Amino acid sequence: MKRILAIVFILIIGFWMAKALDQVPFGEDRMLVGKYYLEHVKEETGAVNAVTAVVVNYRGFDTLGEVTVLFIASTGVAALLWRKKRERTAKTEGSVVLTTGARLLLPFIMLFGAYIFIHGHLTPGGGFPGGATIATAFLFLYLAFTVYEIDHKIFEPLEGLAGVGYVTVGLIGLAIGGYFLFDWIWQTWGIGRENIGRLFSAGFIPIIYTLIGIKVGTELTGIVDNMVKEPEEGGQ
Amino acid sequence: MNPYYFASIALILIGFYAVLVKRNVLKMLVGLSIMETGVNLLLISVGYVSGKSAPILSEGITPDKAVDPIPQALVLTAIVIGVATTAMALSVVINLYEKYKTLNVEEIRRLRG
Repeated sequence: MKRILAIVFILIIGFWMAKALDQVPFGEDRMLVGKYYLEHVKEETGAVNAVTAVVVNYRGFDTLGEVTVLFIASTGVAALLWRKKRERTAKTEGSVVLTTGARLLLPFIMLFGAYIFIHGHLTPGGGFPGGATIATAFLFLYLAFTVYEIDHKIFEPLEGLAGVGYVTVGLIGLAIGGYFLFDWIWQTWGIGRENIGRLFSAGFIPIIYTLIGIKVGTELTGIVDNMVKEPEEGGQ
Repeated sequence: MNPYYFASIALILIGFYAVLVKRNVLKMLVGLSIMETGVNLLLISVGYVSGKSAPILSEGITPDKAVDPIPQALVLTAIVIGVATTAMALSVVINLYEKYKTLNVEEIRRLRG
């Protein structure tokens, strides 16, 4: 009874959504601001990847908010799962193939993650996919080994420092250019103006994406670390 | 009806159905994630321009040959926020299970009262 009612209710909602979306034609050029971004992205930011330029440069506040959301989520997970004595839940060691494979694949995954966030202004990707790839490498370690644990003395300060670095880059822009997240490397210094499309271009986008990549990688690893532990029996 | 719009509406509705009907908290969370995927697919497909390629202006792709970059930037933000909310919700679910030893929402409501 409940299911039938839910299905009817959902079909009514779906009908109205479909009716509204029929007014939006598919595959037609409706760009207004997007056209401006595509035409001016090269001389205004130096980035080849227009999505990266929009995310970091034109609408940098969105990314700052996004990083804040992720930071609050990782802090929240740590606060919700906080206990005095916590241990890994894994009891059985993985097979030899798994542990050896993890050990061999780890540097390749890390290298590829670093490649993704360093080349954010040239290729698809950027700080968030790169950071998630690096977190995958640590997740792999957590799954393959029963005793593995990240070094909390390095990870949490690194996470905070990367966030502080992002805000510092924005504040330097405020001091030089007059507004927060002003691209001072590109607009004022003009570094890399002659090699657009190469690695050393695009102003502060590679710097910010490296910081975001480190931050996202450490944050997602911290979330994984909190979730694979459980409180010891009897001790709360 | 366009297949992309249809698929995204279908995903949103499937997720909504799971949230309405399922009693297991984890299944409700799966429904929320499916809903989120549907919304992201909808946003991306609204920005598509037929016959054009990704907005990366190298290798001979001029600005008039690229699709709208703004929905893609929007979805990049939305995906990360979705992951963050899912992580928070999962840790709440872990706490819930430790306290009540069940994940059935109706039982949890009964136990608390």
